[in-house]
Amino acid sequence: MQELIDRAKALLEDGTVRRVLGWKTGDLPYDPEPAYFETPESLKDFVYNGFCGANLSKYMIEASKLEGRTLVCLKPCDTYSFNQLLAEHRVDRDKAYILGVGCKGKLSMEKIKAAGIKGIRSVSGAELTDPAETLFFDTLYGKAEMPYRDAMLERCHVCRGKTHAVYDALIGDSKDTTDADRFDEVRRIEALSPEEKFAFFQKELSKCIRCNACRNVCPACSCRQCVFDSAKFDSAQKANADSFEEKMFHIIRAFDVAGRCTDCGECSRVCPQGIPLHLFNRKFIKDINELYGDYQAGADPTAKAPLTSFTLDDAEPNIVAERG
Amino acid sequence: MPINQEEFRPLIVAFCCNWCSYAGADLAGSSRLSYPADVKIIRVPCSCRVNPMFILRAFEKGADGVILCGCHPGDCHYSTGNYYARRRMTLLFSMLDYLGVENGRTRVEWVSAAEGAKFSATMNEFVEKIHSLGKNVRLGDLRCRN
Repeated sequence: MQELIDRAKALLEDGTVRRVLGWKTGDLPYDPEPAYFETPESLKDFVYNGFCGANLSKYMIEASKLEGRTLVCLKPCDTYSFNQLLAEHRVDRDKAYILGVGCKGKLSMEKIKAAGIKGIRSVSGAELTDPAETLFFDTLYGKAEMPYRDAMLERCHVCRGKTHAVYDALIGDSKDTTDADRFDEVRRIEALSPEEKFAFFQKELSKCIRCNACRNVCPACSCRQCVFDSAKFDSAQKANADSFEEKMFHIIRAFDVAGRCTDCGECSRVCPQGIPLHLFNRKFIKDINELYGDYQAGADPTAKAPLTSFTLDDAEPNIVAERG
Repeated sequence: MPINQEEFRPLIVAFCCNWCSYAGADLAGSSRLSYPADVKIIRVPCSCRVNPMFILRAFEKGADGVILCGCHPGDCHYSTGNYYARRRMTLLFSMLDYLGVENGRTRVEWVSAAEGAKFSATMNEFVEKIHSLGKNVRLGDLRCRN
């Protein structure tokens, strides 16, 4: 992390960048928050560890409108989101200095709490230089530890690799964390009967409080005018009047990002209700891969998106009924 | 004949493109080919005008089945509209199936202006299918009620 701060400081001082977009220490040792740093002195609060899950690429939309270049710290998965925004002309490549930071898997506070570790005073083992094998906690109730892997976010278990898709400089080591197939859960749900599928989604989606966190954090969900902000829309910014609305909201949101979603998993990470929102996006990704050929949004900013292109012999929609 | 109040009458929304399928429906009418009155036709400029939200909204407001009819691929009045519609509808229907809405309730058919007979046959078949699936209770207990 010191290496990161030194690099950022040097670039700020020599005027290459005007500001640094990274994370700063939060109130608690496990809640760093995205922050801008404009002076070399302010970088003393800079932090980068296993809890820095936030995808900073979306902030580059606003930062692209500012004077001068912005140094942005992007993890391997975040660079896909940046590339996708680049393809959509939402960010300016010349306004960004991308510092590709290493990643050894990001941590989920929910999983740590679920393991019974509470009252955390300090955490060690989550730094970028640590081997990411075990986490050590100093809690109000004494010392505790848990395997790093067990505390990782769901998305890190299905990580698509630690290669940065776009960067100006790289810093820090990464570690492969993949130990599952990202479509396993989607396949499990697909195999259920309509009644069971419906019961599953009803249970999950009825938790939705329409806080719009998933929309606001999603790099793909960055339309200047959002359909959910329209007063005429049934699922407009308000509490749900009936249970169809939350379904409608999530189907529409997933559809709007279909073919553009890089599967960064931010929606599920920020959901205060713990709804596995990535299941919608992955269903679309799986269908796109199966029907229109493998496609990874953001891997190539010049590639045509699956929903803005077609071939003459695409599958007919009735394939859905045919394959059961 | 007294109307049987108990009998299930499905509500079916058919989105028909202005250039082919709507004309096909017209032809079915002028050729005296019958299809059930349960089908409510909504005319759209092109099959790709149909926003996925239209389909969701139809279900929300009480439809038991939704069918989209457009020009045959390659015959779109706007050259390529139905190719985009095809991809969108495939993904949307797959998502609805994933959510537990029976896949028989959604359908896409390509009907040209000369295919009045196909239009009537398709609608008869689709209504029968919805009859066998019954009322859309799964979305029914969710949707707005007046």
